[in-house]
Amino acid sequence: MSGARHLYVHVPFCSQRCDYCDFVSLAGRRDRHTAYVEALLTELELERDLLDLELETVYLGGGTPTFLEPNALRTLLEGLPGASELTVEANPETVTPALAAALVEARVNRVSLGAQSFQPHLLELLGRRAGPDDVRRAVESLRRAGVDNISLDLLYGIPGQSRADLDADLHEALALEPEHLSCYELEAKPGTRFTRAHGAELAEQADSLEDHLERIVERLTASGYRWYETANFARIEEGRDLRSRHNLSYWYGHDYLGIGIGAVSTLGISRRRNAASLPRYLAALERGERPPRETEALDEATKLRERLMLGLRLDEPVALAGVEAVLDRGALARLSDLGLVESNGESITLSRRGRLLGGAVSAELIVWPGDLRAA
Amino acid sequence: MDQSKIRNFSIIAHIDHGKSTLADRILELTHAVSKRDMREQVLDSMDLERERGITIKAQAVRVSWKGHELNLIDTPGHVDFTYEVSRSLQACEGALLVVDAAQGIEAQTLANAYLAIENSLEIVPVINKIDLPQADPEGTALEVTHLLGGAPEHVLPISAKTGEGVEAVLDAVIEHIPAPAGDPSAPARALIFDSSYDQYRGVVAFVRVIDGTFSRRQALKAMALGTEFEPEEIGFFSPGMTPVETLSAGEVGYLVSGLKDVARLRVGDTITTVTAPASKPLPGYKDVKPMVFAGLFPTESDAYPELREALEKLKLNDAALLYEPETSQALGFGFRCGFLGLLHMEIVRERLEREFDLDLLVTAPNVAYLVKTNAGAELEVHNPSEMPPDLEEVSEPYIKATVIVPKEFVGSVMELCNDRRGRFDHLEYLSEQRVMLIYELPLGEIVLDFYDQLKSRTRGYASFDYDLSGFREGDLVRIDILVGGEPVDALSLILHRDRAYDTGRQLVEKLREEIPRQFFDVPIQAAIGARVIARETVKAKRKDVLAKCYGGDISRKRKLLEKQKKGKKRMKQVGSVEVPQEAFLAVLKLDGGKK
Repeated sequence: MSGARHLYVHVPFCSQRCDYCDFVSLAGRRDRHTAYVEALLTELELERDLLDLELETVYLGGGTPTFLEPNALRTLLEGLPGASELTVEANPETVTPALAAALVEARVNRVSLGAQSFQPHLLELLGRRAGPDDVRRAVESLRRAGVDNISLDLLYGIPGQSRADLDADLHEALALEPEHLSCYELEAKPGTRFTRAHGAELAEQADSLEDHLERIVERLTASGYRWYETANFARIEEGRDLRSRHNLSYWYGHDYLGIGIGAVSTLGISRRRNAASLPRYLAALERGERPPRETEALDEATKLRERLMLGLRLDEPVALAGVEAVLDRGALARLSDLGLVESNGESITLSRRGRLLGGAVSAELIVWPGDLRAA
Repeated sequence: MDQSKIRNFSIIAHIDHGKSTLADRILELTHAVSKRDMREQVLDSMDLERERGITIKAQAVRVSWKGHELNLIDTPGHVDFTYEVSRSLQACEGALLVVDAAQGIEAQTLANAYLAIENSLEIVPVINKIDLPQADPEGTALEVTHLLGGAPEHVLPISAKTGEGVEAVLDAVIEHIPAPAGDPSAPARALIFDSSYDQYRGVVAFVRVIDGTFSRRQALKAMALGTEFEPEEIGFFSPGMTPVETLSAGEVGYLVSGLKDVARLRVGDTITTVTAPASKPLPGYKDVKPMVFAGLFPTESDAYPELREALEKLKLNDAALLYEPETSQALGFGFRCGFLGLLHMEIVRERLEREFDLDLLVTAPNVAYLVKTNAGAELEVHNPSEMPPDLEEVSEPYIKATVIVPKEFVGSVMELCNDRRGRFDHLEYLSEQRVMLIYELPLGEIVLDFYDQLKSRTRGYASFDYDLSGFREGDLVRIDILVGGEPVDALSLILHRDRAYDTGRQLVEKLREEIPRQFFDVPIQAAIGARVIARETVKAKRKDVLAKCYGGDISRKRKLLEKQKKGKKRMKQVGSVEVPQEAFLAVLKLDGGKK
């Protein structure tokens, strides 16, 4: 059996914790950076057998991987296996010409920048350190160092974000000519500080936020980008496929290994998640043991449901062969009548409107456990 | 027992004024139960009653005090059971009227006290809870004597909690309440004042013997319904069941009938012997009819057989409960149930949910309507969606309502009653502070939220009671609600024409809030016949995506979608529109007080 061809490495550290963030992240902790990188490399060594000899993609995500102490970052990058696509996430303010050069030297060929917005008042509300100029400078530095695959993250649905603000963000982002854009709706998770502070305002502007994604899709597709996944856009370029190969591996349902605290691996019928505790992670790996983690068994039907759920996020048809067992035929007929799904008997594709309603549409299309009456 | 040594009495009190506690003290004092065995409040046996502080089924306990046989007959304490109360009172010669020294007299107490007086009972007023710091025994005594006559110094101050004054109450029962005056040698007659169903022994009737003597193994007959049976056992409660050979004039006890259908021995009927029957039944028997109706539907349609079984079981013990199968396009299979009133409905619903573990959707209640069609047919309608279109005339039930409030709330109560098509009858000062208002109101205006409105407008101080006063013609119309162009039978309602527009508008607005946005626009309309009187639209949703989904959160996102679809499955399908179950209760959530 061949191993996973995709590796995710989680670096939890950030200069500060953003109120709206729900990833596993830790502010500061510079004293633990070296130890953490060592632990990551130990974990990688322990799991090496699970990986294919040749990797397609490696993704260094966070947190803010570029917030790592420069030496620790260098050690980590040197210790990672090579891959055709090696992506590093970065916050704009951390990207200096020196860092850009170091990344390129370490074979990084794709950088994902957390721009979020170009509007100072929105960045301030989000508690982001970088200003609009930091984003521009970061892109400039990466370009000069030779990075020819840059992705920008943008947030929409920020409290107080007007349509004009959104249009301005898209305008400024496009001006930097990124190869790739990810656009995420800000999720106000119940119980977070952010939701307590802004939940009411968000609820109030819910109606006006509703067409943000639609506007983004219109603007970016009109500017030569392919809306290839619910939240992701790749520039259409002759001879290059600029979609994120690493993330495609998730949506295609391929195996991947994740290392670091909170990291998830999906390997065949098993999915496991490392515990999110830094001290427990470090302690285990210092002893040369695998970190504490939880395992979820994925049965056949669950795998099929995920294949449908993830596949429907893409702009490509999802083949029906294999997934019939979890496909709600009644819902398919209903949703087809409404023009949300197109089916040719062999595969199904969501229409543009179907994709804008993709969450509800895929929920309906899938037969869930105990969903007897659906069939 | 010599009739002159028997005293039959009941206790009239408002909820929480201490009826059950006083009953407990009496049982303790007379050694009917030892303190050790004392389960608090012996007379209230059902959990539900315990929790709500109310008593549904009357029982009777025999105790001894100073050479006398005292029968304490428990009465239900709520308006819906007026008829049962009146039968319990008819079995007595006197009643203790218990009033909370801190709260004063309440509408319900007053209604029952008047009922007792109408039944020629001797009233022994008792002021309870004198141990409370905020108690005002003198003021309360004045209020009671103002209403019922008598001298304030004859009102007995007690604390049922501590036992203070309770002996004097028992002495007063012997001294003031008359002995029974039936004819021991006349043909036997007994009044059924309550009945109960036992799984093994069948229907048990609680009776007060008026004339003659009953013995075991004697053929008996219920005079109004003609039911014949031979009791397997006769006896009295002390407080457990105690079999005896005979029950004679003046005594209170039970008959184990062996009958399997509670409807064959109805409260108020007269029992006599088959061989030497009495010539006339006791007066006052009435066939009580449900006046409030609602649809009961299981939230999961496959629970229908369980609901039917549960109703069958409840019916065994509750002759007043009526149910018939109902099929709603929107809610599926269920039952149209008839209740004596709102509390009765609430009790049945809670018992179904609690004792039978059913998850129910109960539609907004409505009253019974008497309808004359253009073709001359006359019918009784229990469901708005069955109201025929060719109406000649509709009549609705009216009540005489008694409201007692502190005087500062009189204005807002009158405003509420006027809003609800009430007709002012009269007003009376019970004391300097408290006022009694009498109104005539359509029952249909009461069944939705009147009581809540009354409570909120009087900061909880109002007490309320009513009596049915008959049917009266009204200018009533049926409002239909259409969702996505389809009429929703479960949302139809019958209203006075003057309120139709307002209510129709409020209802479609409420439904717009309650019905989630779908993949397409959903029009919601209120219509009288073919005429649309209000319209709203639930706009199609434009976006519903999971913002992001990467390797770390696939499981969580999968579960979110699963939950999303589960949520939809609980909804009911109206045409192609998914309507949450709560939306069917929209009419209950209207802010009925405001115009």
